[in-house]
Amino acid sequence: MSGLMKVSSNPHVRSKTTTSSIMLAVVIALLPAAGFGIYNFGLDALVLILVTVASTVLTEFVFEKICGKRITVGDYSAVVTGLLLALNLPASAPWWIGAVGGVFAILVVKMLFGGLGQNFMNPALGARCFLLISFTSIMTNFDCDAYTGATPLADLKSGMDVDILNMVIGRTAGTIGETSMVAIVIGACFLILMGVIDLRIPGCYIVSFAVFISIFGGHGLDWAYICAHLAGGGLMLGAFFMATDYVTRPITKNGQYLFGILLGVLTGIFRLFGPSAEGVSYAIIIGNLLVPLIEKITLPKAFGKGGEKV
Amino acid sequence: MNSVKERLVNGIVKENPTFVLMLGMCPTLAVTTSAINGLGMGLTTMVVLALSNVFISLLRNIIPDKVRIPAFIVIIASFVTVVELLLQGFIPFLYDALGIYIPLIVVNCIILGRAEAYAYKNPVLPSLFDGIGMGLGFSVALTCIGAVRELLGAGEIFGLHVMPDSFVPVSIFIMAPGAFFVLALLTAIQNKVKINGEKKGKDMSKIQSGCNSDCMNCSDSGCTRRLYDEKAEKKNIETAAKDTKEGKNNG
Repeated sequence: MSGLMKVSSNPHVRSKTTTSSIMLAVVIALLPAAGFGIYNFGLDALVLILVTVASTVLTEFVFEKICGKRITVGDYSAVVTGLLLALNLPASAPWWIGAVGGVFAILVVKMLFGGLGQNFMNPALGARCFLLISFTSIMTNFDCDAYTGATPLADLKSGMDVDILNMVIGRTAGTIGETSMVAIVIGACFLILMGVIDLRIPGCYIVSFAVFISIFGGHGLDWAYICAHLAGGGLMLGAFFMATDYVTRPITKNGQYLFGILLGVLTGIFRLFGPSAEGVSYAIIIGNLLVPLIEKITLPKAFGKGGEKV
Repeated sequence: MNSVKERLVNGIVKENPTFVLMLGMCPTLAVTTSAINGLGMGLTTMVVLALSNVFISLLRNIIPDKVRIPAFIVIIASFVTVVELLLQGFIPFLYDALGIYIPLIVVNCIILGRAEAYAYKNPVLPSLFDGIGMGLGFSVALTCIGAVRELLGAGEIFGLHVMPDSFVPVSIFIMAPGAFFVLALLTAIQNKVKINGEKKGKDMSKIQSGCNSDCMNCSDSGCTRRLYDEKAEKKNIETAAKDTKEGKNNG
């Protein structure tokens, strides 16, 4: 026995990954979609993004200051929430929509339930649904300088033809960040390569949605129709950036598969049989609410429990 | 007269049916889309509550214990029918606005709760004022919730336009989720005021939320909500001690 043993309490294995490094990766991954949105919709989009992010960060800071809690603005989670919320707003929305949405997302959906890690619902989506219900006419007005008229999904629902190439690139009407499938997939690839997210939830979500659409869509295996549904609306943004939110997704592997399938089916039901053309936000929020149940039924057996009785 | 005042304060502040007892949530959430609807619902309930309390108190020695709930319901339902017909005849706009929630006053748990907890055990006059106090508390709470929801959701209070023209109504507040937001907010504010008062060492017993359910250390032996029965508890302990002794002997 030479030298002294170093005795320390657990944890003994540490990773360099921190909350802020993960959140920063998500922010970087969202930049292509945000950049394309600004290019597509002009400076209005930039102003809206800045106001929304400032509103979420400020709300978190002020709330924690007033309540005498540790200031957690530095972990970038409020920035992610603000950016996601802004990408879900139409570019024609006035700036105060972003501000109100940001306050609601952080104050009501996140902070009142205990802050990061305690919220049961994705804050950005909660705020989007709050805005959608409260200010329906503003939130569904996609007219702006670049485009007028309905979104491709609304056209699709009313049976009109859509230009799939434009939808994939993103030259269509819609919210700031959802139009360009290419930009979103670039960001998603970055996240997957960084190991921040994996394909379990987005893969199950997209595949089950495509299957649902081809069975119940009334067009059979019409690839153009399925592709239009995949590229249109917030499906890609929701599948890669919202459904994979660490806080509000199931933690068990089987649970994640189940969660993805559930989201795909719900989105399909809302898009095909619901009154509005889009249903990704509501599908993910309902999925979030069911996460505790999903985790309960997919809890793996502890080692040594169960098995055949001798 | 002291008991009358005590009953009124108890109903409006100390045991406010909405913010403290959390009773009658269904009409609270459903009809408070505007201040006038909240006030109408509150006053309607108050009339039924006061009258049913009086009659249940009068009949408390006649009603057999085993069938008291059906008997209460019959009395309450009679008054609800009277009030419903009066509203339909004289205040039709309120009748239309409240709709199904007027007949549903029959199953409002505040009314049944007060009948069971107070009127069935107390003389007529205190029961009457208990009903009025509780009804006023309910009316105040519903009017507050309705006013906040109307202000945010439509920019008006009692139908008067008060917000500036640039205000865009947040219509979620006059829909179902808004009821939950506002109720939670007002309850939180009320609790905050109470906690702050306690911190400063003020005597908050007057606006305390009923009792703190600590029946073991409570000196009020006449309390109707007594959860802890000393005699029964003593007996339990004795039998438990006996059992363990016998168990030991057997072992």
